[in-house]
Parts: sequence; C-alpha cells; structure tokens
Amino acid sequence: MTQKLHPALIGFTVLVFIFLIGPLIIVVGSALSDTTHLTFPPQGLSLRWFANIFEIAAFRRTIITSLQIAFLSTFIALLIGIPAAYALNRYRIQLPGWLATLFVLPVLVPELVLGFALLKNVAVQFNTPIFLTLVFGHSLLVLPYVVRVISASLASFDFSVEEAAISLGAPPLRTFFTILLPNVRSGVIAAFILAFITSINDVSISIFLTGPGISTLPIQLLAHMEQFFDPTVASVSVLLMVLTVGVMAIVERTLGLTFLAK
Amino acid sequence: MKRFSGWTLASPATLLVVVFLVLPVVATIVTTFMTPNGPLAPYLGFFGSGFRRTVLWRTIQVSFIVTAIALVIGFITAFVISRAPGWLKSILIIAAVFPLLTGVVVRSFAWLIILGKNGILNNFLVSTGLIGEPLTMLYTQGSVIVAMVYLFVPLMILTLVGVLESIPEDLIQASSSLGAKPWATFTQVILPLAVPGLIVGAVLVFTGSFTSYATPQLLGGEQVMMMGTLMYQQAMVTFDWVAASTIAAVMVVFTIAIVLVMTRVARRLNPMAV
Repeated sequence: MTQKLHPALIGFTVLVFIFLIGPLIIVVGSALSDTTHLTFPPQGLSLRWFANIFEIAAFRRTIITSLQIAFLSTFIALLIGIPAAYALNRYRIQLPGWLATLFVLPVLVPELVLGFALLKNVAVQFNTPIFLTLVFGHSLLVLPYVVRVISASLASFDFSVEEAAISLGAPPLRTFFTILLPNVRSGVIAAFILAFITSINDVSISIFLTGPGISTLPIQLLAHMEQFFDPTVASVSVLLMVLTVGVMAIVERTLGLTFLAK
Repeated sequence: MKRFSGWTLASPATLLVVVFLVLPVVATIVTTFMTPNGPLAPYLGFFGSGFRRTVLWRTIQVSFIVTAIALVIGFITAFVISRAPGWLKSILIIAAVFPLLTGVVVRSFAWLIILGKNGILNNFLVSTGLIGEPLTMLYTQGSVIVAMVYLFVPLMILTLVGVLESIPEDLIQASSSLGAKPWATFTQVILPLAVPGLIVGAVLVFTGSFTSYATPQLLGGEQVMMMGTLMYQQAMVTFDWVAASTIAAVMVVFTIAIVLVMTRVARRLNPMAV
C-alpha cells in the first residue's frame, strides 16, 4: 500500500498549481475585457480585442511570417533529423560518439549567443537574406527535439523487419517509406508539433534577426507591449494558448504527454 | 542497390549544425581575441567596468536564487505527483506541461499584468486596505525572480517526476518497515536517489536563467539589467559588437563549464552507479 501523503504536502502542491495556472487565467480574463486598458477581472465581456489583432497590419504580417518560418524550419529539421536519428540508432557502432553530442549543441549553446552569431557571422558577413537566416536558425533550434523524439520511437523499432524487406529485394527508399516511416509515424507527428510550437514561441534567436523589414509574432508582441498596454497582447496570448492546447492534444494522442516527463 | 551508410544519412544534419552553429559561434568568440588593442582587451574591459561586473554578479545571484526556489518547489510538487493515483497524475502532468509549452512572452506578460502599478496585486492590496499607495513591484530584482521561478518550475517538476517515479515503491516500504520515520526515509532513501535528477534540473534552470532575455527585458528593464539584456543592448542599441561578442563568450564558457562540472558531480553522486 502506498504511504499516505502528509496533508501539508498536498496543500503545498495545490498552491503550486494555482501559481502555475492562475496567471494564465488572468491573461484570458484580461483578453475578454471591454475596456481599453488591461484589467482583471474583466469589465464587460467583449471579443473586440481579438478582432483588433487582425486590424493591426504588423500583427497580420508577423503571424504569417511566424507560421511560414515554423513550417519551413520544422520541415527542414524533419528532413535532415529523421535520417540523422536513424543513423544514430542503426549505425551506432560505426559513428563516432561525439555525433550525438553535436545534435544537442543547439540546446547547450545559449540561444541568444546563437542568434547574435547568426546575425554577425552569417547574415551580415555573407549578406544572406534575413528570412532564410531565420529559417536556418529555427531549424537548428528544433533539430534536437526532432532527433530526440524520433530516436525514442526508433528505440522500440525492430530493425530485423527492415532487414527482411531489404533481403526480399525492396530498395532502400521504398523500405524507408513502407516499413520504417509507418512504424515511427507517431514519433514524426509529435516531433513535428513540438518543433512547430518551439519555433512559434522563439524569442532569443529571432530578436537578433528581426528589424523594421521582417519580424516574428513574439518579437512584435514585445514591441507592442513597450508602446501600448491594451488587451491586444492578451488576446494574441490567448490565441497562442489555444494553439498550445491543440499541440498538447496531438502529443497526447501520439506519444502520450508523460513522454515529456522523461 | 547500395544502402545508405550511416555517415550519408547523418551528414545533412551534421552540416547544418557545423555551418550555422559551430562556425558562427566559434568565429564570434575568436574575434574577441583578435582586437587591435591586444588579445585580452575586451575581457579586461568587461571585468574592469564596474557596471558590467554588477550585471554579471546580479545575473549569477538571480539565477542562483531562482534555481534554489525552483528546486524546492519542483521537488516537493514532483514528489506528490509521483505518488498520486494514475488519473490525477496525468491531470497534474498536463497542468505542468501547459505553461511549459506556452511561450516565454505570454508567461512574462502575465506577470506584467499582475505586478504593474495598476496591476491586480496592487489593486487587491489597496482595496483591502493593506497598503495605502500602490507599490513599485515591476522593474525590481524581485519581479524578475518571481517571473523566472514561474518560468522554470514546470521544467523542474517534469524533470523530477520521471526520476522520482523510477524510485521503486518497495524501497520506500522497506525503509519504513525497517523502522525509519518518514523524515529519515526522505533524507536517507529518496533524496540520495533523486540527486542526479536534482542536478539535471538545477543545470537546466541555472543556465536557462543565466542566458534568458525576454523575462528580464519585460520585468526588469533598464533597472535590472542582466547578461542577456546587456548583450542585446550592446549588440543592437549601441552596436558595440566586440562588447556583445565578449558577453557571448562569457555566457558560452559559463554554460558549458556548469554543464561539464555538474554532469561529473552527478555521476559521482549517483548511488545507483557502481
């Protein structure tokens, strides 16, 4: 039988979860307020601040840019991350040990440093377009997630099935698409969705690679907050939270959210 | 038909990391040693300036406090979660993952509404008559610490739940049936087994706080400058790229040193390792 938890511990945990969720409820409440300034509890319910998001051109533009960057960088990360994760699992002995470390470097190196280095030594040095630099920066940022999630789903894959397909004459690419990919499908979906949300939320890399010409949603939010203190930011935040709920639902369906606690 | 070799499959990802991360970051650090005023001039400048030393010291202090608070809150909460019945455990994990997947801007913004001059906390305290005048809570070290604790507690909880769950229930029962009081079971069985997880969590939170940008920017502003906000200011406001690169180098060295030292400590302290 499980030992009974002390009531003080349970009380403490309740307080912690109020601390964790409370501020987000406050944001939702402020977004629904009918006033021109941020208040909580909301005074008069209204959805006009949600409509206001799309009336501001900078928000319309940056939402599209953020979505484009998130899709492109996640796609690139999957395209190169899936083969890399496969190689790390299948050819562990042939590949040097530092290779796995190389793929976690984007988590190890401070994001701010990566953003600044990309600005200084790529965008300015080689005059690469900012949009493209952002896409590659974000691909790097999400690569570790892709490699980790795909590796986790490959861990339970029986490589002898693939061996069988090849010895029966299936060409490598066909083996990949008909044998391997269907087996790691849930991993691919989870990796996609985690990479996507990480890219959408990124501040530290994007802050160096945005300016008057191009910006992403979080950076635009920061800029808006410095000038106005109206509920628009709260309503954008709610949109982002809705996206988060969607992401969690998909991860739960595919890998199970407890995967994130491992 | 020939099969792809391991290297062929891993090379595009390797290329991306080398070209867009390793080379630019190494180049950024190398340039700080090649200034016309001598190889160490930027570092002498950095550590010679009282203001920058203050920023570095404040950043270390804030990161340390945030890590300590997150460790305590995270450990207790994760312990309760790990002993909760299945359905409750899933709900609590979901409640911890949700803030984690919500962006840093949204989560810092929440504290802007709470701690502002006309914020919720001030309104509440004034209306209850506890204080006469609204307090200045924003742009203080305290507001940065609160928001950062908020930012990192979910990460700590999720890191520790996995570790605490892997401690076999039998072990805890054995200890209590052999006569150990709950406190002794906690300090002599659970805590030592959780040390590797605590170290991983502490490293994540400390390095995350040390290199953060959005939270100190929004809740600390100019008054509570930290390494991240200072680096941004040097790079994008005053355009002193040598100074910004120097801060970048200090950050990288600091982060990697902490990771290396702590993983070594974790390995030594792990009671499961033989």
